[in-house]
Amino acid sequence: MEPPHVFRRLHDRKIMIYGVATLAACMLCGSVMGSVFGDLIGAGTEIGSVGFSILLLTLVSNSRLPFVQKPAFVQGVTFWKSMFIPAVIAMTATQDVLHMLSSSVVAIVAGVVSVSVSYLLLYGLHRLGEKKEGAEQ
Amino acid sequence: MNMVLEHAAKTLSGSGLVTAFLFAGIVFYLAGLLADKLTRGRIHSSAIAIFLGLIAAYIGGLITGGEKGLADIAVFSGLGVLGGSTLRNFTLIAASYGAKMEEIKKCGIAGFLSLFVGIFTAYTTGAIVAVAFGYRDPVSVATIAAGTVTFVVGPITGQTLGASSAVIALSVAAGLIKTVFIMIMTPFVAKRVGITTPRMAMIYGGLVGSTSGVSTGLAATDPALVPYGTMIATFYSGFGCLLCPSILYQLTRMILPG
Repeated sequence: MEPPHVFRRLHDRKIMIYGVATLAACMLCGSVMGSVFGDLIGAGTEIGSVGFSILLLTLVSNSRLPFVQKPAFVQGVTFWKSMFIPAVIAMTATQDVLHMLSSSVVAIVAGVVSVSVSYLLLYGLHRLGEKKEGAEQ
Repeated sequence: MNMVLEHAAKTLSGSGLVTAFLFAGIVFYLAGLLADKLTRGRIHSSAIAIFLGLIAAYIGGLITGGEKGLADIAVFSGLGVLGGSTLRNFTLIAASYGAKMEEIKKCGIAGFLSLFVGIFTAYTTGAIVAVAFGYRDPVSVATIAAGTVTFVVGPITGQTLGASSAVIALSVAAGLIKTVFIMIMTPFVAKRVGITTPRMAMIYGGLVGSTSGVSTGLAATDPALVPYGTMIATFYSGFGCLLCPSILYQLTRMILPG
């Protein structure tokens, strides 16, 4: 006679959808926040919807809410986490690569050079950080 | 036999999302195989999978002449669902599960500042390239420069300023090339430029911007860094849309009195 045990298992099974639902709630709230923020500062587009969503999920997962620690809850989130690379593969397979490669030289040069400049900046910052660490030691 | 193929094609395109799961699985398997056999694991299999995806998109474009890569072929239409913004963002947010709040608090400001450095750098680079290629009127230069920020900012700036549709198309192309370049290059340069910590990932996300580029690139580098870089990068386009048609355009007009 262990009815509580049965209940606990049932509880755990049900909670997997809580993980997925929490994820959904974070994404929907984040999107609303992004749209409102974009509207408020007059950007004419959403700003940081995904960023707000990530922040919300991080807040929830770093919190002490009891259900967050349940394995089934974590499973509900990590399943979708593991679907990220497949979604990325699907996304790359739907890019307009043909037109991109046949686009004019201006576009290619502008795109490539701007990223390369960022890499140079990062490299400089990285070396600066290393030097600082070296000086401190 | 033809009948069977017909039914198979109908099923594959009818259950598009399911077909997309199968497609992604096969590509991932092939990528793992190539990573082991060809590069002996030196190149992350995700990086190869991304590259295979781009090749598939190119082939799709060759066959149909459409704009959605492989998704323009009916059988692969579900790729547009799996890789579309809703599901992609859903998995991307899930991918951020496990991020540490302290890291975000510690370096969030550095990342946020790098956003503005990044937008300014991309805009300036784009403007210089546009001028070097013979564009002189401030509206065209600003539109191409804004496209270099991201492919979202280009058309919005172009429409606001009244640029020609050819220049707007060019700005979108510049942004797309930037995105794909980030996807491919990130895993190769990451170690050299120091994208190995949450802090540097956030600064990187702020500097180059594109959400899809940064999240894909970091996924192929170190999945643990994805949330940090993406979180900042996602603010880039929005601030770009705010700054490019206003302050940055005014600056351009002061320097180039067209």
